Amino acid sequence: MRQIKACKLPFLLFILTLCAVEARAQAPEIVPESIQIGLSTDRVTITSDFSGADLTIFGALDNADPMVARQGRYDVIVVLEGPARPVVVRKKTRVLGMWINTQSETFVNVPMSYSVATTRARQDITNTANYKQLALGAENVNITPYDRNGDPVTLEEFSNALRERKKASGLFSERIGGVQFLSQNLFRATLHLAPNVPVGTHRARAFLFKNGVFIKENSAQLAILKAGFEQRVYRAAQNHGFLYGIAAVLLAFVTGWLGRIIFRRD
Amino acid sequence: MGIYLPIAEMSVNMVVILAMGAAVGFLSGMFGVGGGFLITPLLIFYNIPPAIAVATGANQVVASSVSGALVHLKKGTIDFKLGTVLLVGGIAGSTLGAWVFALLRSVGQLDLFVSLVYVALLGTVGGLMLVESVRALQRARTGATPALRQPGQHNWIHRLPFKMRFRQSKMFVSVIPVLGIGAVIGFLASIMGVGGGFIMIPALIYLLKVPTNVVVGTSLFQIIFTAAYTTIVHSTANQTVDIVLAFLLMVGGVAGAQYGARAGQKLRGEQLRALLALLVLAVALRLAFDLFVRPASVYSLTGL
Repeated sequence: MRQIKACKLPFLLFILTLCAVEARAQAPEIVPESIQIGLSTDRVTITSDFSGADLTIFGALDNADPMVARQGRYDVIVVLEGPARPVVVRKKTRVLGMWINTQSETFVNVPMSYSVATTRARQDITNTANYKQLALGAENVNITPYDRNGDPVTLEEFSNALRERKKASGLFSERIGGVQFLSQNLFRATLHLAPNVPVGTHRARAFLFKNGVFIKENSAQLAILKAGFEQRVYRAAQNHGFLYGIAAVLLAFVTGWLGRIIFRRD
Repeated sequence: MGIYLPIAEMSVNMVVILAMGAAVGFLSGMFGVGGGFLITPLLIFYNIPPAIAVATGANQVVASSVSGALVHLKKGTIDFKLGTVLLVGGIAGSTLGAWVFALLRSVGQLDLFVSLVYVALLGTVGGLMLVESVRALQRARTGATPALRQPGQHNWIHRLPFKMRFRQSKMFVSVIPVLGIGAVIGFLASIMGVGGGFIMIPALIYLLKVPTNVVVGTSLFQIIFTAAYTTIVHSTANQTVDIVLAFLLMVGGVAGAQYGARAGQKLRGEQLRALLALLVLAVALRLAFDLFVRPASVYSLTGL
C-alpha cells in the first residue's frame, strides 16, 4: 500500500504540472463551466383532473468545452426535491399471530418527494463516493433521525425502509435518460410528478459532471399548489372544520333526497 | 378518469369510486343497512388513508340512510320515539369514539384497532345471523311458522327499571338497554366509519324484540343522525372528511340503493338475512386475512 503511494506521488505531480503548463499555454484566463436551469413556470397547479404530470426543465451549460461536449463527456443530473416534513416509520412484527405496529422511528426532514432525471445510468456518470458526498440520489438524500443518539443499526434499517416505501409509492423516482442534450450546451430534463405529489415549495437542482467529476450545481424553486376549488376545500376543512362538517352533512342530505326522487324504483 | 381529492391529497379514478358507491348502495338498499361497513374497508383497500376512509365513510352513510329512510317514512315504518332514544345514546357513544380515534391515531395503532373491531364484530354478527337465518330457512321448509317475537316470553332486559312505552313498536321496555345499544353503536360508528345498521338491526330484533317491519326504518332514521354527528365530530377534530370523495360515493350509492331496495323486495326475509350474513362474514374474513398474513411490507410511513 505504502509502496504504491510512494510511486504514484511523483507521477501525479508530474501530471499536474503538465496540466497546469498546458492550461496556461492554451488560455491564460480559463473560465470554468457552469450550469443554468430555467422553469417555464414557477408554479404548478393541481386541478381536479390531475393524475400525475411530466415537468420539463430546460437548462444550458456555460463555457462548455466543445471537444468534451462532442465526445458526450458532460453529464447532467436534475433533481426535483419536494418540501421536507417529519415522517414516522413504523414496523410491524408478529404478535399473537397478528401483524402489529410495534417499533417506530421519527425522521425530521424527509423530502416528501424526490425525483431524479439523468443523462445516463447513474453508475456511468460518477462513483458512489461522489454521490454520497453530494447527497445525491434517493439512497443518499439526507434524512435526519429525531433521536440522533438512537441505535445506528436500527436507524439505518428504518431509513432504508423509508426510502424503499417512498420508492414503492412513486414519490422517490429515477428516470435514466430523462435528461437529453438538445445541442452541445442546451439540455432538457423531464421529471415525473406522481399523482400523490405533495403540495408546497419544491426545489429543482441541476448537477453538472465532466468526465465523472462534479463541476457545478444550480437550483430553482417551483411551487406546487392546489387549484382554486381544491385549495378552498382544503382551507375550509383546516380552518373551519365544524362548518365544513355541517356542509358535508347537508350535502349528504340533499344528495340522499335527490337520489330518492331521481332513482325512485317503487 | 382521474379526479384529485383535496383532503386525501391524491388522485383517484372517478369511475372506480362511483362504481364502488353504486355496488355498496345496491347491497345497502337490498338489506336496509347504510353500507358503511363495506365502504370503509373498500376505501382502505383502494389506498385511501384509513383516517380519511373512516370519516368520509360516515359522511356517505348519511346520504344513503336519508335515501333509505325516506322510503320507510312513506310506508310509516319508523318509530320516531325509539329512534330518538337510541340517538341520545348514540351521540354520547360517538363523542367518546372520536376521542379514542384521535388517541389511537397518535400512537399509531388506529389501523390495528379498526381492523380488530371490524373482524370481531363482523365475524360475530355475521356468524350469529347466518346460524339464525339458516334455522329460519329450515323451519320455513318444514312448514313451521317462524316465531321471532313470542308474546309473553320476556328476557332479563324486560325486567330493568325506567320503563318507557314505544307505541309504534308495541313495546314497553326500560330505556337503559335502548340508550346502551345506542351508545355502543355510536362508539363503534365513529371508530369504524359506519352507521352501525348491521349491529343495530340484530340488536333491535334479538335483544329488544322490536317487530321486524319497523326495525329497518327506525335503524336508518337514527343512523342518519349518528353518522351526521360522527361526520361533524371527525371534521372538527381531525379534518379528515374528504367532501369530493364523499360526494362521488353518495352519487353512486343513492342510485344503487334504489335499485337494491327493489331487488330486496323480491327476496324473503330469511333469505335476505342469510345473504347479508354471508356478505358480512366475507368482509370479516378479508380483513382477518390482512391481519394474520404477512404484509407485503412490514414498514409503513405516516406524517406527524
